[in-house]
Amino acid sequence: MHLAHAGPGVSGSGGSSTRASERNRQEVVFPTRDQYVEVVRAYRDGGFEMCADLCSVDYLTHPGRRLPEGVAPERFEVVVNLLSLSQVKRVRVRLQVPESDAVAPSLFELYPGVEAMEREAYDLFGIVFAGHPDMTRILLPEDWEGHPLRKDYGVGRVPIQFKGAPGPR
Amino acid sequence: MSEAEPPDDHGDPDAQAPSPHPDTVQGPPVSGDDFLSPAPDGTATGLIVETSEGGQELSSRSATDAGELRREVGAVLRLPEGVAIDPSDIDVERTDDETMIINMGPQHPSTHGVLRLMFELDGETVLRTKPVIGYLHTGMEKTAEELTYVQGSTNVTRMDYLSPLHNELVLSLAVEALLGVEMPPRSDWIRMLLVELNRVSSHLMWMATNGMDLGSTSMMIYGFREREMILAFFEKTTGLRMNHNFIRPGGTAADLPDGWEDDVTIICDTVLPRADEYDELLTGQPVFRQRTEGIGGLSAEEALALSLTGPILRSTGVPWDLRRAMPYLRYDEVDFDVIVGTYGDNFDRYSIRLNEIRESIRIIRQIVEKMPAGDYRVQDKKVTPPPRGRINESMEALIHHFKVFTEGFKVPEGEVYIATESPRGELGCYLVSDGSPKPYRMHIRGPSFVNLQGLPLMMRGGLLADAVAVCSSVDPVMGEVDR
Repeated sequence: MHLAHAGPGVSGSGGSSTRASERNRQEVVFPTRDQYVEVVRAYRDGGFEMCADLCSVDYLTHPGRRLPEGVAPERFEVVVNLLSLSQVKRVRVRLQVPESDAVAPSLFELYPGVEAMEREAYDLFGIVFAGHPDMTRILLPEDWEGHPLRKDYGVGRVPIQFKGAPGPR
Repeated sequence: MSEAEPPDDHGDPDAQAPSPHPDTVQGPPVSGDDFLSPAPDGTATGLIVETSEGGQELSSRSATDAGELRREVGAVLRLPEGVAIDPSDIDVERTDDETMIINMGPQHPSTHGVLRLMFELDGETVLRTKPVIGYLHTGMEKTAEELTYVQGSTNVTRMDYLSPLHNELVLSLAVEALLGVEMPPRSDWIRMLLVELNRVSSHLMWMATNGMDLGSTSMMIYGFREREMILAFFEKTTGLRMNHNFIRPGGTAADLPDGWEDDVTIICDTVLPRADEYDELLTGQPVFRQRTEGIGGLSAEEALALSLTGPILRSTGVPWDLRRAMPYLRYDEVDFDVIVGTYGDNFDRYSIRLNEIRESIRIIRQIVEKMPAGDYRVQDKKVTPPPRGRINESMEALIHHFKVFTEGFKVPEGEVYIATESPRGELGCYLVSDGSPKPYRMHIRGPSFVNLQGLPLMMRGGLLADAVAVCSSVDPVMGEVDR
């Protein structure tokens, strides 16, 4: 299976080999949506016992990010951090999810522990995880409108009343 | 309670009417005008609808399909090849009128904040549990995108308010990894001293609240008493008892105060014998043992599948501690043991936390011995504001100081995931930078948030009274769960 692969490294640390960046080296893979579940399954069978973290990123206002050859950037990215306790290793799986079809396959069948994390990603980004048994909001109320961690969801602000401005009276 | 009073006391015919079925939360929605107005049968339907969380709540058996039921009883877990799920474990045949759905929280003293648990009970036995969370959600990850890296630690420190320094640490480590700066040794050791003291204070707080949940009020007083010593030291060092904003990207805000060795030694010399006192008070006590041994058991396989970390994972016998397995700071230069349990029950989780207090004290004593001299923050002009004294002499220093605190510093483009061992488990930070002075995305992997997923499985088949004990033994901090 052809798979875009970034190789080990902390992207961003400018290739410096400080003590910290040596430790934080992590393998990063970029599967397509069709490959996603199979890639994660291969890692699980290869000794990655735990899905440590799953989150999303909205790249709406930062489209020019660095990606390896052959990976088309999309608006959303689902970032999965797998952990192998036996090999003492982490691997990061980054899945591109387009805005027009914000659906990602669920990893629930492989790692039941992603249940809350996928619900959180759905709640805050509006990415639907196909195959998740309980795709409901988790942090926000059920009747909330919108997905707040999207970049086009404005932060609220308190109006400031200046002296001399025309007031209600 | 109505057993004690004569039924004809109130002379109200409605008093004998059966109480509304708990499933009324799933009742038909009323329009906005009906809000808080009594329904025709006299119940406050409007209020129920107003407080309903809809699909996030535990729904009745008849409204739940078999796959969902299996998940809620915790039966869907990664099992070894060839082992099928035991069908008798999934009692789908049970009808609605045999069971009852009740609510605990969000306002309940033993939920440690605003956790809401919905139980399905058969008599006193818990069948299904569903945590409903989000009552403390304040959008801190969104806020983080509006704050500079300098301001960021004031935000994250409020997440897990019982171990604020761990949160500051994980953010600072992530920012420093993106910056690619080499930290001076003293700053690493100061950070280690502070987070280990924080671990002791957090575990003491847990001992206190867990004692209270199990009816040992003296343990509560003792735990708070010892924690107070550590908070007093934090106040002396950082200026605040909680939410310190002391560990910052690039080092710490200040050096340790004069005479810190004596303060820390007194804390160690006090807490260690007191830990033996707790041991005497609780460990050998038959009532305490009965309420903890064999309650809320979990296997290592289940804990791994549900991504549980920290004392919960270690209680099942998995020796996984990030300080040992993937050392950060200078944990590879100190000597300590990873405490491991066997049965994964409440008692194991209790003894792990008690012994982790002792191990942390052991680490702290080594830190006092090994603390190197030198800078407490990195001398990188981009990241570090100039020393206070220079500001009065040099205009450039004043401008530099002003720029660091208003504009912040730019962090190279990239992304990084950093994980540390907080008192509750793996505390991770996924940080994305677009090259500006504000994080493009900051995600915190809160251990309490993930650990709550273990509750349905731990409580399954137990008594309602033990549910409080199990919830307490998970040690959730709602500020971190909801963020």
